[in-house]
Order: sequence, then structure tokens, then C-alpha cells
Amino acid sequence: MSVNPELVGRAFPPTAPYLVGREKVREFARAVFATDPQHTDPDAARELGYPDVVAPPTFAMVVQDLTLQQLLALDDSGIALERTVHAEQRFRYTRPIVAGDELVAQLRITNVRPFGKGAMVTSEAEIADSAGAHVVTATSVLLVGGEVA
Amino acid sequence: MTTPHPAVPRLSDLAVGELVAERTVHLTRESLVRYAGASGDFNPIHYRDDVAADVGLPGVLAHGMLTMGLAVETIVPWLGDAGRILEYGVRFTRPVVVDAANGADLVVTARVGAIDDDGARIDLTTTFGETAVLGKAQVRVRLDG
Repeated sequence: MSVNPELVGRAFPPTAPYLVGREKVREFARAVFATDPQHTDPDAARELGYPDVVAPPTFAMVVQDLTLQQLLALDDSGIALERTVHAEQRFRYTRPIVAGDELVAQLRITNVRPFGKGAMVTSEAEIADSAGAHVVTATSVLLVGGEVA
Repeated sequence: MTTPHPAVPRLSDLAVGELVAERTVHLTRESLVRYAGASGDFNPIHYRDDVAADVGLPGVLAHGMLTMGLAVETIVPWLGDAGRILEYGVRFTRPVVVDAANGADLVVTARVGAIDDDGARIDLTTTFGETAVLGKAQVRVRLDG
């Protein structure tokens, strides 16, 4: 099965709220070799005006991944993980993610473009806080290979 | 005398092409397992040699998102506040093979790519050996005049 072009414009439900924990931020910061104290020390974050530790910029992927799981769970997407390569990634921020945030992500597929025997699939996850305010938009381009003969 | 943070960079002090930050990060298999746990990405090509070989890869690879994440963190101490980052995008162009015994060294350099009225574009170069592994790795940052 090739990638279903009708994915573009399909409505996906918002993800269940993701509560950002301080220790999760510290764990992620260590994993990406983040050395700045704003990621691990609440006092350093407060000095910058944040209520708690500041997540590294790519932490948004943890929340975006919940939307990609929705996409992979569809039975008619034509996207198989073992044939999928992450080609591009982009984040656009209104503000950084901070421990204590409760985040909800909503997926949109904005483009499915034929590419060789497969397709380039562009997805956007709009991530908002519990007040409904925009935090970050995460955009992924996935290169989905064609059917293996 | 030391201060925990250097002064916040000002636009008027920057020049296009200027090096603002650089570092070398040594990745090991432990780094990949740590990132898998922290991110939730447990694709076995990032820790199992047999699976990597079965799908035709030259070896166990670092997660692209690990490379993307550690690259941008190179500039956060210089920026002083991750909230100054408005946009960050990359293309994943080359794999980073992490040898079981020797690991892999990634060298990240950050230079001013462009300056406008309310910020700058910082261009990140991330190399593994002689190879650049991220394409068009650009960070838009907000800075005061």
C-alpha cells in the first residue's frame, strides 16, 4: 500500500494532556548534553522569569511523538514505520516548554508528495498549554519508501 | 571573578560569520540508550547491531533527534535563555554511526548567518569525521539591539 493522499486535511483528535515533569526535563536535558542550569535548576529558571525548569528546545518532540503515534495507528495511512525515514524537522516557538505545563497536541497532515516510489509526508503538530495558548508547532517531514517488491 | 551567565548577547555586537559557540560531544552506545529512554524513541536501529545490519545500515546510528537536540544546546549558554529561540529546523542528511567500542565524536560550531532588526539567524554545523550530518541547521533567535 502506498501513502494515502487523502490524509491531507483529515481531522485528528487532540492528544491526551501531557504533564511536563521536572525530573523528565532534567532527564531529557542530560540526554541531549544540555549543560545550562536553566534546564535543571529551578532557581536558575526563575531568575529568567520562568516558573520551573526550562525544557531543551527539542523536548517538543516528546509531545509531537504522541501525534505521530496516532498517524501510525491508522489502518489506511499506507505509512509503515520500517520503511520510514525522518528527513526534516522544524519547531516554531511562542515560548519554551516549562515543567508544570500540561500540553495538548493536534496533528494535521499538510502535504503528501510523491517521491520516487514512495512519498514525502509533512505533518504539523500544534502544541498548546492548558489555557489553549500556543506553545510550539512541530513540523516533521517523513520520507516513506515504496512497497518493497 | 566568574559569573554564572555571560552577558546577554546584543545584536549590535554581532557580525555575520562570527563564531558564537562550539563544542565537541562524544557519543557512546550509552548515550543512545539514554536518549531512547528520555525521548521514548526505542527504534532498535539505535542500539542493536543485528537489527541495524538487517535493514542495511552501516552500523548502529544515533537518533537524528539526538543530534538535532545536542546541536542547538551548544548555543543555549551563549544565548542565556532558551526562550530566545523562535524557530529551529534541520534536515537529516547523513547518519552518525556510533561504534560499540569507540563511540563517535560530533563537532558543533555555531556562527551568525544573518542579522535583522529584532534578531539573528544562527547557522549550526555538525560534523562527524569529515562529514556534515545536518543540513540547513538554522536557529532564529530574538535579540535586543
